[in-house]
Amino acid sequence: MRIVVCVKHVPDAQGDRRFAADHTVDRAGVDGLLSELDEYAVEEALKLSEANDGSTVTVVTVGPDAASDAVRKALQMGADAGVHVVDDALHGSDAFATSLVLAKAIATLEYDVVVTGMASTDAGMSVVPALVADRLGLPQVTFAGSLSIEGDGPGAKVVIERDGDTSTEVVESALPALISVTDQINEPRYPSFKGIMAAKKKPVTTLTLADLGVDAGEVGLGAAWTTVAGVTQRPPRAAGTVVTDEGDGGAKLVEFLAGAKLV
Amino acid sequence: MAQVLVLVDHVDGAVRKSTSELLTFAARLGEPAAVFVGDGYDNAAGSLAEFGATAVYTVPAEVNDYLVLAKAEALAAVVEAAGGASALAAVLVPSSAEGKEIAARLALKLDSGLITDAIDVRAADGGGVATSQAAFAGGFTVDSTVTRGLPVVTVKPNSVEPQPVAGAPVDATPVSVTLSDLAKAVKVVERKPKAKSGRPDLTEAAIVVSGGRGTNGDFSKVEAFADVLGAAVGASRAAVDSGWYPHSNQVGQTGKQVSPQLYVACGISGAIQHRAGMQTSKTIVAINKDAEAPIFELADFGVVGDLFAVLPQATDEAAKRKA
Ligand SMILES: Cc1cc2nc3c(=O)[nH]c(=O)nc-3n(C[C@H](O)[C@H](O)[C@H](O)COP(=O)(O)OP(=O)(O)OC[C@H]3O[C@@H](n4cnc5c(N)ncnc54)[C@H](O)[C@@H]3O)c2cc1C
Ligand SMILES: Nc1ncnc2c1ncn2[C@@H]1O[C@H](COP(=O)(O)O)[C@@H](O)[C@H]1O
Repeated sequence: MRIVVCVKHVPDAQGDRRFAADHTVDRAGVDGLLSELDEYAVEEALKLSEANDGSTVTVVTVGPDAASDAVRKALQMGADAGVHVVDDALHGSDAFATSLVLAKAIATLEYDVVVTGMASTDAGMSVVPALVADRLGLPQVTFAGSLSIEGDGPGAKVVIERDGDTSTEVVESALPALISVTDQINEPRYPSFKGIMAAKKKPVTTLTLADLGVDAGEVGLGAAWTTVAGVTQRPPRAAGTVVTDEGDGGAKLVEFLAGAKLV
Repeated sequence: MAQVLVLVDHVDGAVRKSTSELLTFAARLGEPAAVFVGDGYDNAAGSLAEFGATAVYTVPAEVNDYLVLAKAEALAAVVEAAGGASALAAVLVPSSAEGKEIAARLALKLDSGLITDAIDVRAADGGGVATSQAAFAGGFTVDSTVTRGLPVVTVKPNSVEPQPVAGAPVDATPVSVTLSDLAKAVKVVERKPKAKSGRPDLTEAAIVVSGGRGTNGDFSKVEAFADVLGAAVGASRAAVDSGWYPHSNQVGQTGKQVSPQLYVACGISGAIQHRAGMQTSKTIVAINKDAEAPIFELADFGVVGDLFAVLPQATDEAAKRKA
């Protein structure tokens, strides 16, 4: 099975996340990593690959130079090859532009499934997978909490369970398909020492927008279909009252709630 | 005035509160027009009118047999039936996982700008639609405007107080939809209904009481306090991953984002990913036996103590006040 995985390099959520002067997410001045939610996509791809002899896993990322770290981490986990689209014109791209470039990059590969995470952990909208499916004309099978591939060859289909509010939905589609996976689906592996060494020899292709035939005017901040008028940091919440329970903590809590007319 | 399409969220015609909120926002932009997918409009007509729907488009239930694309195609058909994108003021969709994907694919089809997870929607100065969103776990507010096409906006629940208007139910305009083969390629083959808790819906509830790893698997004290307050029950991912509570009750980045009047965190440390789902709550209360727990940085009121001692007393006290 030929498997493509989309991974994103994001600012570390534990660190100091901020906006740059042009209201884009500041990616330059902060520590970044492979989005934790994309580790689930990589893991699921590796499991599919291990279950099907002769499979390949190719990771694709769109992002600045530092995004190659995300590709490397996925290769260390066990992916076979990487594609990194990097171009200054991409700065400030919205979900539409990102999905356009991702789709063009994926189209240079051969694939049976495209696997993505459920959301970017930075300014993620959880819509890139749906948009990539749209642009590639692939069936969209998103938010898989579990996944299985049934049959092989032209009759193969993917079956997922998707966690809804009132029911769990079982959803089925023919392949090729685009599948996004949630953090419920598996337990991502850590790179082994062997994996880290092996990753150094794995091929990573770097592509520019020109390589993909994408016009620079179609992407980036200027091409965004919405504009940010302003970003304001929320005032920190006023320091609250903290009491230590001395046998009366529950009563004090309810007193507070009553004072705030919440009970 | 131009129409504003609102995708109705309902279960067999029982309209969810988020829909009345969307209709209220829609009225700020133009004439609210509801889009009702599936059967049961008769049950919904009253409450849609009550919150201002002046037109209703109905779409055949078949659309629900498929995932996202079918619903995006249905909305696109309604846009056409309503006079085309240039005749409309905006499309508002609930900010659920599926709602955002539907909105994104519709916006792409219409060559239009998209805003997700809006917490405020208003008419922009000089025309168009302006929105506010919360970013980075609620640490920032981002104000945006849509600069291209028909604005498609997904709106978070509990973002506005629904405003009833004295509207009368309207006759629905049925819209036929021809689904593409691609839309039909992704079929919902089964729906396994979930057990109902009898408690309010997590994203709509005015009060949420959540338990974390500190419950050690025993949610009975959390549930008892929730019930005396008429609250929904939430859980941290640690509690969900341990199998103590269903995933649909998870609050946080990869669970539900809630914005109630009151959020009570019990035995939850307050990790950034948990905050992402509850930081915009109006009042936050925490019970944790570790005085250093980061959740106290957010709390309007905190009790350093054992939840198994504090919650039962609080439950009794609250019951006395209610009596
Ligand atoms: C990509 C990603 C996404 C995530 N998404 C989410 C998400 O959506 N939601 C979410 O919640 N987490 C999420 N997490 C996990 C998050 O990082 C934390 O691990 C999790 O929130 C911790 O849950 P907790 O607070 O219940 O447990 P802990 O951090 O272990 O905290 C337990 C707390 O209970 C207190 N305690 C223990 N016993 C008692 C007692 N008897 N009485 C009172 N207090 C007691 C302890 O002092 C401690 O502070 C995500 C993580 C990642 C990496
Ligand atoms: N720049 C990117 N490069 C590669 N994959 C991406 C990128 N942006 C988003 N994705 C994929 O799309 C998923 C959802 O992202 P988002 O819509 O941004 O929340 C992520 O988990 C990734 O798998």
